[in-house]
Amino acid sequence: MIAIAEDTMTRLVALAGLSLIGWLAATAPLAVAAESTVTVDIKSFAFAPKDVTVAPGTRIVWTNRDDTPHTVTATDRTFASPGLDTGDTFEHTFTAAGDFSYICTVHPYMGGVVHVRKP
Amino acid sequence: MTKPDSDRPRSPARRGALGCMAMWGGAAVVWGVAGGVPRALGATGNGRLAPSAPMPFTFVQISDTHIGFRKEANPDTADSMRQAIAEINALPQTPAFVVHTGDLSHLSKPEQFGEVRELLQEIDVDRVHTIPGEHDTIDNGAAGYLRYFDHDGNGRSWYSFNHDGVHFVGLNNVLAFKLGRLAALGDDQLAWLKADLAGVSRSTPVVVLAHIPMWTIWEPWGWGTADSAQAMELLRPFGSVTVLNGHIHQVLQKVEGNVELHTAMSLAYPLPTPGQAGVGEPGPVAVSMEELGAKLGTRRISVHPGRHPLALVDRSLEA
Repeated sequence: MIAIAEDTMTRLVALAGLSLIGWLAATAPLAVAAESTVTVDIKSFAFAPKDVTVAPGTRIVWTNRDDTPHTVTATDRTFASPGLDTGDTFEHTFTAAGDFSYICTVHPYMGGVVHVRKP
Repeated sequence: MTKPDSDRPRSPARRGALGCMAMWGGAAVVWGVAGGVPRALGATGNGRLAPSAPMPFTFVQISDTHIGFRKEANPDTADSMRQAIAEINALPQTPAFVVHTGDLSHLSKPEQFGEVRELLQEIDVDRVHTIPGEHDTIDNGAAGYLRYFDHDGNGRSWYSFNHDGVHFVGLNNVLAFKLGRLAALGDDQLAWLKADLAGVSRSTPVVVLAHIPMWTIWEPWGWGTADSAQAMELLRPFGSVTVLNGHIHQVLQKVEGNVELHTAMSLAYPLPTPGQAGVGEPGPVAVSMEELGAKLGTRRISVHPGRHPLALVDRSLEA
């Protein structure tokens, strides 16, 4: 009985491990994300993830999760959010390929980059 | 900001009631200026200066009111500001003026600027001098702030004025930033500061107002000014320079020769100590309502240019 139970347990753990790997593969950021919408959190005075790579036409939605206001402001000013209070979102659709760096103008040491790559 | 006398309520009954609320709380340190240099005279029990030292004028510094902030760390910042105003209005010696060292609003919204301006008008003084914090310049630089707080009508958020032999300079050190760097004064403002100080004798006490500390306290949290060294170079030749900052919501001091730098408490919410262990970012710290009053406060500065005793008293709000 004990041997069978251990064997069952091992298989269960193996199955769980396999599904975890499958889940990670499905949700891990790909070299070029295929989704049309990608979300970025603003949390603990940082953009998470700081770097995202997306295909042209992708919409990025930033959400401020802090109790402190932040902005999403392109360093070349091609896009700029207003001040985002807690829970506020800002979105921008990236049509052209390229690297687009942005900062929070309230806390200029906070930065992120959107890499737009053709698949 | 100047307001007509008719705007100032001076009901004796009100002042009497406010007087009952004017209890000095928390730790207070009395500072004096000797030979134009501020120095600590010692802690006081009741925060009052010795009666044997008559002061030609005093002024009050308040900071970081964050009007519009309504979260756990302080659900009612307007109430905290009103409490501070009541204490200021009940001071035994009416201050010559009040200075607000930035972050008047939380989100630079017009209704927040309007509300904080109305609150400032409840202070029984002739004028309030403000400078912007980074929370006041979020959407379109200083333009939104200047619609409410353009002191000299120049459309500029920095300025200077003189009062009883002391030269005051208000600066904006929250905007001229570069990617990934600390905020700065910027070349235009430094050039203006140089020209402004050129007309001031070296023996004139100088008081500088700037929101972000004018020395680097904790760079990962943006607690410093990128080009503060250039400003210090311009200020160093003066016999007495007192720099009053806000931004970090706590009292810290630094002395560099004749230049003393002091950060002030907030009237909204506490922040962690610089780089505090276990705290990753400079976000609002929620404490119990009983503790909150001790973490918020005002500063009274007494200036006596002739005998040079200039005193700074930091006072917590009542819990």
